[in-house]
Amino acid sequence: MIELDRVSVTFEGASQPVLRDVTLSIDEGELVLVVGRTGSGKSTLLGTMTGHVPHFTGGTLAGHVRIHGRDTRTHRPRDLADLVGVVGQDPLAGFVTDSVEEELAYGMEQLGLSASTMRKRVEETLDVLGIADLRGAALRELSGGQQQRVAIGSVLTAHPKVIVLDEPTSALDPTGAEDVLATITRLVHDLAVTVVVAEHRIERVLQYADTVVHVGTDGVVTHGDPAALMTTSDVAPPVVELGRWAGWSPLPLSVRDARRRARQWRSRPVLSPPSAPTDGPVLLTAKGVVIQHDAVVAVAGVDLSLRGGEITALMGRNGAGKSSLLWGLQGSGRLRSGSVLATGPAGFPGVDVHRLDAAQRRRHVGLVPQSAADLLYLDSVGAECRQADRESERPPGTCRSLLDSLAPGIPDGRHPRDLSEGQRLAVVLAVQLTADPPILLLDEPTRGLDYTGKAALRRALHELTARGRCVVVSTHDVEFVAETADRVVVLAAGEVVADGPTAAVVVSSPAFAPQVAKITAPQPWLTVDDVRYAVGEPS
Amino acid sequence: MSPLLPRGLHPAAWWGWAIGLAVAVSTVTNPFLLFTALGVAALVVTSRRGSSPWARSFRLYLWLGVFIVAVRTVLHVLVGLKYGDTVVLPLPEVTLPSWAAGIDILGDVRLAGLVGAVTDGLRLAVMIACIGAANALANPKRLLRSLPGALSEIGSAVVVTITVAPQLADSVQRVLRARALRGDTSRGIRALPRIALPVLEDTLDRSLLLASAMDSRGYGRRRAVSPWQRSLTATCTLGGLLASAVGIYGVLDTTTPGWLGAPLLLTGAALSLVGIWLGGHANARSTYRPDPWQWPEWLTVACGFGAAVAMQLASRADGSALGMPLSPLAVPALPLVAVAGLLLAGLPAFLTPEPPPAATRGPGRRAEVPA
Repeated sequence: MIELDRVSVTFEGASQPVLRDVTLSIDEGELVLVVGRTGSGKSTLLGTMTGHVPHFTGGTLAGHVRIHGRDTRTHRPRDLADLVGVVGQDPLAGFVTDSVEEELAYGMEQLGLSASTMRKRVEETLDVLGIADLRGAALRELSGGQQQRVAIGSVLTAHPKVIVLDEPTSALDPTGAEDVLATITRLVHDLAVTVVVAEHRIERVLQYADTVVHVGTDGVVTHGDPAALMTTSDVAPPVVELGRWAGWSPLPLSVRDARRRARQWRSRPVLSPPSAPTDGPVLLTAKGVVIQHDAVVAVAGVDLSLRGGEITALMGRNGAGKSSLLWGLQGSGRLRSGSVLATGPAGFPGVDVHRLDAAQRRRHVGLVPQSAADLLYLDSVGAECRQADRESERPPGTCRSLLDSLAPGIPDGRHPRDLSEGQRLAVVLAVQLTADPPILLLDEPTRGLDYTGKAALRRALHELTARGRCVVVSTHDVEFVAETADRVVVLAAGEVVADGPTAAVVVSSPAFAPQVAKITAPQPWLTVDDVRYAVGEPS
Repeated sequence: MSPLLPRGLHPAAWWGWAIGLAVAVSTVTNPFLLFTALGVAALVVTSRRGSSPWARSFRLYLWLGVFIVAVRTVLHVLVGLKYGDTVVLPLPEVTLPSWAAGIDILGDVRLAGLVGAVTDGLRLAVMIACIGAANALANPKRLLRSLPGALSEIGSAVVVTITVAPQLADSVQRVLRARALRGDTSRGIRALPRIALPVLEDTLDRSLLLASAMDSRGYGRRRAVSPWQRSLTATCTLGGLLASAVGIYGVLDTTTPGWLGAPLLLTGAALSLVGIWLGGHANARSTYRPDPWQWPEWLTVACGFGAAVAMQLASRADGSALGMPLSPLAVPALPLVAVAGLLLAGLPAFLTPEPPPAATRGPGRRAEVPA
């Protein structure tokens, strides 16, 4: 179905190829999972299969890519439209029309199918994806998971033989992601479509994958049986890490398989974890916070106090009010009622952050927004750092040295847009930390970060809390929460539904439990390190 | 006859109707007739507009009309030619130097001139209200969808532009909020690069994403066309364009021979249409659930044209009745044929199918980002 014959891709100005001499053949009806570090060329590999590389991105492609016999050299992406369906990360960015039904029909209109065929296929697709009740809805008003399912449906109507999905769940909450992944597996099982998916929630798809393709940072691509390949992969979900550490062979790929292997651990006596008491001073007190956007009540009466030395994770569905609460705590988002007091050092009276102007406010509470790049507007990293020093009235070089400790080795002259996702986050973090606020809020910082990037962020946050600062992270990433947070606050419909130490909140929840907890429950272990510490030696 | 099922009328029908009404009032300054036309347009809009956002735009066009009347009046007071017997507002006249002779600034405002200016402004305002009515009644996106094959890609591009505009507003808001996080709340010209740069980058990124998505869904796909047919299309389009240009020249310049005028213009138009039709063949595109064109569409267009024709008849019978009598100033007449024609244009408000109810919404996504 898909054949890559000695394919190398080199982009203009790059000293070495992104992909090196890739030879790969994918059969009909296979589910192929593409894994690799961020920036390793996963997207480029998918791009060669859709014709976007090099027709859309430029660069030089050596070798041949053939999809069902059509060579991408002579066929542009539009000429492959009846054969290859492409689904991107952000469904909203790829929508051409504005209602579900029209979007589903768009691809077929371009192919010139007859009106009766289109009518029939739209109805069928609505049923396959279970979105028949949304047919007339405006695309912008759907939830992320629904939008992504519509995006999959809109390529499905053209009856392609191959569907290529590039990180389809990276913008979704756990439940939305689950829906989309269930849809993908259904495509393979029921419709016999060949599916190529790049996914960072490897563990969710791994158990269904027929082949795993690993893209190394040096552009070398290896492929093979999932269990065999994951033993050496440089990206690995906790379940695989646990299996590697315990020396299980063959490597379990799903939580279910791992749970059967971990039987002896579960029978150990359950010790309650040594709960590290958080006795830092209270730095921020929010009382009765209500935030309303037009008719929608985003936050409905939240009381929260944040202590120094503590990392709090804010979790909940998309639209549960996490972002609104963070903006409200920072002081930029308007409150309908309630108050947010930033308490300084001991004995210092609290100050209402909503009464401060923007420049004073950032010295009390710093916020890194969801689209962090919005904060950067100058043409080099050095200029951004100098500007941050000026804004915060700090001695020159403060921001630069902060940046070097967060992510060493970013040259001054580099344009912020040319940085990787993780480096850009580091620059924004450094800019916000230049003002040295006692409280730092981060909105979805783990989006687009791979396991290494998340580890770097975790280290940076732990350094902050070690200095008595207080950190709040809103995130969907349960594994990141398990390894990082001391405390978890779960929001639903604008209200706090759970608040407590990470282990207590997360272990019992089906949606928020990390993999290790699912494998080893009822043990209170959250991470591979917890297991290592408790079990000592693998048996 | 059983009642009609609710459906949206073909957008082109509404445009045909509105153009007919606009043509009807284009020679009229009689305020009775103008207000009748405005009332008819408003009636049809309120009873047949859909639930889309632009369906509420009629009000905007009305305000634009008010603005036009006001500007016309102010201009009349400033530089207009004042005539009539009754002085309503005595003002001094400014004499300009000889090189600007013929332009009077200010001067006594007289009733007849003032009424003339107001009715003249009113005529333009009502014509604009007619166009506004078409805009409120016809979904512009659906209109673009019914373009012929050769032009459909331009149509898609316009649709995308319409869709992108609200996203641009979103990103401006987002960047403004992000700026505040860096302690920068400055507005105005100095803050422009700091806001414009991230917004433009964002827009560019989105456009590229959208372009690549459209590409992989087959936008711009061409059927294999024989070189012979391709050159025929090019000849037709180019020849039609040339002939139209020469034809227009011939129509406007009376000294040229007769065959160079209207006949050549018509030939050019016909050739262009053939070119567009042939060009559409190369495009494989089809339309999902095209808007039907049935008797309510014919009726709507006929009502619009009926108004225009009735106005022509009325003007043949007694042309002065359509105007506002200014010298001497008098109460305008009420020509029955013209009024009947305008009322005819109001029939679509009762005879066309009702617009479909608002689309069912999905379980709405709650605003995660503060507005």
